[in-house]
Amino acid sequence: MIYWEIFMAFFIPGIVGYGGGPASIPLIEHEVVNRYEMVSVEQFGEILALGNTLPGPIATKMAGYIGYETAGLPGAAIAIFATVAPSLIAMILLLGILIKFKDSPRVKQMTIFIRPAIAVLLGVLAYQFFNNGLAEAGVFHTVILGGGSFLLFEKSKIHPAIVILLALVYGVIFLS
Amino acid sequence: MNWSLHKHIFIAFFRAGMLGYGGGPASIPLVHKEVVENFEWITDEEFYDILAIGNTLPGPIFTKMAGYIGYRIGGMMGVFNAIVASVIPTVILMITLVGILMTFRSSPFIEGMTQAIAPVVGVMLLTLTYNTLKSTKQRSSWLFVIILTLISIIILELLNIHPAFFIVILLIIGFSYRKKPNTTS
Repeated sequence: MIYWEIFMAFFIPGIVGYGGGPASIPLIEHEVVNRYEMVSVEQFGEILALGNTLPGPIATKMAGYIGYETAGLPGAAIAIFATVAPSLIAMILLLGILIKFKDSPRVKQMTIFIRPAIAVLLGVLAYQFFNNGLAEAGVFHTVILGGGSFLLFEKSKIHPAIVILLALVYGVIFLS
Repeated sequence: MNWSLHKHIFIAFFRAGMLGYGGGPASIPLVHKEVVENFEWITDEEFYDILAIGNTLPGPIFTKMAGYIGYRIGGMMGVFNAIVASVIPTVILMITLVGILMTFRSSPFIEGMTQAIAPVVGVMLLTLTYNTLKSTKQRSSWLFVIILTLISIIILELLNIHPAFFIVILLIIGFSYRKKPNTTS
């Protein structure tokens, strides 16, 4: 049954993939290429590369596209559901408990203890994006884009949408 | 049903999804901008809690955050709305544009656009990093922040311990740690 296979192919990476969507990409590849043979390795690579040029979360883009190619719109819907739903349900249950006890001093203390770790994880992500910038756009453009967007965000409180669109235009003009 | 709330939920997660280049993590600062600063649905504090719990669970982070925040402010309908807004538009783009993109894949325009975005996302994430540390300091002290940050760097980056595992340990320590009264807010 093709719908069941699609569900399983995206359900497993969804519940064992830690570290956000990008971390689950190799797991998705294992399921859709090796186990269920929905796409070939080359096709998977192509889809991933193209997916990365488009905005939005990568795991659901891959799920939606591969589900659609395999079994049309129902396939896309099942693949997205299998990717999103299991971890989301766990999240709502866990946070529901936490919020219920949020005024307890112990819970307050718990949330203070995890915060520096979250800062470190965000800092590492920031570092990775700067590193990508340096590797692909070079030092000069990274400094201009990084410095420019910093000034725009901090000094003018402009909406990020505008800054991102400006950066895209900058890329077309100076980096192509 | 509160249509105006649901319109805003849709707009918030649509924007965060469509502007997030570089996968879900690139959208985290954009979600923060929408739900904390723009629409003021949740506080800074709660945002970081959601991010922390989200990181202890498997699966894509952007949809976990969107779904939970949707639930928190708009119930079951809010979950559905936030997920649809954050996922469906980009999936439709993907399905319809893949054919065209195949042809223009190595075009310098597309490459230039994706390259230019990385430093901008880096700046947004760095700002969020700083804000996280600052908000921790408000409820403890700089000494506490510095020590715990250093420990986190060592454990997460040098020893490569899994973040989910480390966060669960921190939650347990935070829960059982005995503190002298009147030192917290």
